Amino acid sequence: MASQTVLDQETFQTFRNWRLQRAQYARQWKERTGGKIVGYFCTYAPEELMYAAGILPVRILGSHEVQDVTEPHIFAMFCPFCRDCLAQGLKGRFDYLDGIMIAQSCLHIRQAYTSWEKHIPIDYSYYLPMPHKVQSSRAIPFLTKELEVFQESLEKWLGKRINDRNIDEAVEVYNRNRELMWKVFELRKGDSPPLTGEEAMELVLSSQMVDKQEHNAALEALLTRLAKRELPRPTGTRLMVLGSENDDLEFIRMVESCGATFVIDDHCTGTRYFWNNVEVDGNRLSSIADRYVKRVPCPSKDWPERTRVAHVLELAQAYNVQGAIVMQQKFCDPHELDIPALTKALNAAGVKTLFLEFDVTVPIGQFKVRVEAFLEMLQEDDLF
Amino acid sequence: MTNKTKYKTAPLKCWAKAKELRLKYYDDYAKAHERGGLRWAGGAWTFSAIPSGLGEDVWSLTSEPYAASIAANKPFSMRCLEAAEKASYARDLCSYMRNYWGSVILNEYVFGGPFPKPDFIWQDHICCSHAKWYQVVSDLEGGIPQFCIDVAVGPYQAVAPHKIDYLVGQMHDGIEWLEKTTGRKYDDELLIEGVKNEFRSTSTWAEICAYNKNVPAPLDEKSMYSLYVLATLNKHDRSTADFYDELRDEVKERVENGIAAIPNERCRLMSDTQPPWGFLSIFRYMEKFGALSVGSLYTFGLIGIWEDKPDGSWGPRTTPMQQGVEIRDRDQALRLYTDWTLSKPEWQHFYSPHIKTEMMARIAKEWHLDGILLHYNRGCEGLSVGIAENRLGLIEAGYPVMAFEGNMGDEREFDEARVRDRFDAFMETLGVKKD
Repeated sequence: MASQTVLDQETFQTFRNWRLQRAQYARQWKERTGGKIVGYFCTYAPEELMYAAGILPVRILGSHEVQDVTEPHIFAMFCPFCRDCLAQGLKGRFDYLDGIMIAQSCLHIRQAYTSWEKHIPIDYSYYLPMPHKVQSSRAIPFLTKELEVFQESLEKWLGKRINDRNIDEAVEVYNRNRELMWKVFELRKGDSPPLTGEEAMELVLSSQMVDKQEHNAALEALLTRLAKRELPRPTGTRLMVLGSENDDLEFIRMVESCGATFVIDDHCTGTRYFWNNVEVDGNRLSSIADRYVKRVPCPSKDWPERTRVAHVLELAQAYNVQGAIVMQQKFCDPHELDIPALTKALNAAGVKTLFLEFDVTVPIGQFKVRVEAFLEMLQEDDLF
Repeated sequence: MTNKTKYKTAPLKCWAKAKELRLKYYDDYAKAHERGGLRWAGGAWTFSAIPSGLGEDVWSLTSEPYAASIAANKPFSMRCLEAAEKASYARDLCSYMRNYWGSVILNEYVFGGPFPKPDFIWQDHICCSHAKWYQVVSDLEGGIPQFCIDVAVGPYQAVAPHKIDYLVGQMHDGIEWLEKTTGRKYDDELLIEGVKNEFRSTSTWAEICAYNKNVPAPLDEKSMYSLYVLATLNKHDRSTADFYDELRDEVKERVENGIAAIPNERCRLMSDTQPPWGFLSIFRYMEKFGALSVGSLYTFGLIGIWEDKPDGSWGPRTTPMQQGVEIRDRDQALRLYTDWTLSKPEWQHFYSPHIKTEMMARIAKEWHLDGILLHYNRGCEGLSVGIAENRLGLIEAGYPVMAFEGNMGDEREFDEARVRDRFDAFMETLGVKKD
């Protein structure tokens, strides 16, 4: 697929390399630090606590390749993402992991965890019962206690204590990363964003794979470059992308080659990952619990109120969004359950939507026809 | 499995009463407002004893059994499913939800008349769809107050005080919410009575299921569906607890007198997850081979509460009343209620399929099974979660397994002829022939 723009590849090369060579990075990190690496399955994982223990937490993601290894383990009516993640483990692509953990989220992804735990030899595994009712005042005390239990488990595994200073330092590194990401994302509000949606996704994905301190240094350097950067093509139609887990860079690239730029998202591989900081206040674990309970929720935890709808509308307004691509991983029930309400709200706010259902691989050609038609419709709106 | 013994068999004496109780339940709900009472809706697993503290004129509609009733009525079900799809709800979502929503959208109650709108929603949440189900109901009905308790605190084997506190805290909040929402004063005595009834009904149901360890089994699973359903409707109600006492006595008597569910029992099986409700005739087809499903973790543990007995067997959990515990106040009732419910067998696999495999292998051993039927149920992500791992684990444990795909509530996803063919082949591998 030919791109209509010629972007300088250099600006985002570090982040792109981290993503493309994540296994190599992880092995080198272990060699350099002597630390352990834990793979996590959902962004509700309290990474700060693992980082405080000297662990490198990395997100387990799929590879978008057709595979035939998960059929005996996960019934095909569950989402392709969870099967793709498990496939990576079964194929030995995460053989550098010392442990795995999951913070309870949807039923789909937890199957990748439970099958991984059973069939792939691993030194450490942990299931954290992250509360679902994050709108209840009872959730933070419960999660705080669960974090204490998780901390004890990590200490037992590693044979060392995690002290307050360790936690403070980890929180500082993670908060710094979030602040830097906000600064980059803030630039996307402008009339001519200096980065594409694909590049923004590279930033978030790489941040889930590498040591945040290194990521922070690279982000600081990036911000300096972005201050002077202009995309070598018009912004075109300003789009938002939202829905299930999405790390399909090929799709994002294709859309942006059609005269559009993604200026914002609501994904766990996007803003939902870094939107909220840990506000340190007294009890450290309680502060971390507070952050994860109050973060922008995954729809599986967004009830009884659908708070995400208001958040998405705010983003759409703040980033001057003209249209939204609502995508979902096939069979992703939590998102499917929100999509009618979300679409209705966006349409009522004047943001037109295009719904697309994703699998491990996507039919780029067919999607391109639909995306072009969608963009044409939005551009006609500009004329009249 | 060439046993040609013919067992005595007889219809259940309390069958008609079970049917009557079920229909009365749906009728009571529909007529609640005529009687000046309240209507609430929520899942079959919800803590139903809690709203009972609002008064004796409060009736519920539990969502899954109601949707299963729709599914059994195929023409109406199809209209419901299509109505939900037309309203932009995806076809691969839980088929119970889609049937239920369709009934709301069409404004038709499957038992006749318009859909009786609930006054409030009282739900629990362990499956991703539980609370979200009622968000949509509230959307469709123009706003209904909703309270939902998160119960996903991990498996019972790791229960801890802070987990109990999390649930009990939500329950206390829920009671305050009920008072505010309905304007009624809450009666703790009614709560305590409801909780005690529920302990009794859910333990007694487990006791009834345990009698099916007997060869020949006194009950077949198809009939058990019409019996366990009462506890999915009204587990906290005295009528259910009393009925199960009566049923338990009758089942015990059947065992003592060698009365079998089917006369030709020679191949004992269990199923898994909800059956395709519009196709229960497959159970009768199985009986042509002398194959009897004696139950399942689903039928035993969806509602039944179990424990390890001193002899190492699995049996009904001893109720707090049997232990001599006197329930004096709200907090104590809620704590006991929480601990009791968290031990529900059908909640354990939400955290690990391997726990479920262990329970299933245990059933296979203690109930003397020859094989296992796994319904890969496209209609329910909650009970199908981990089912492929259950298959692997049960095969590893040495049990023949037949897997088949279907859907509990969407007839478009169940191929009856193909499942029968597969069952024929399964019987052949077990060396069982038709009579």
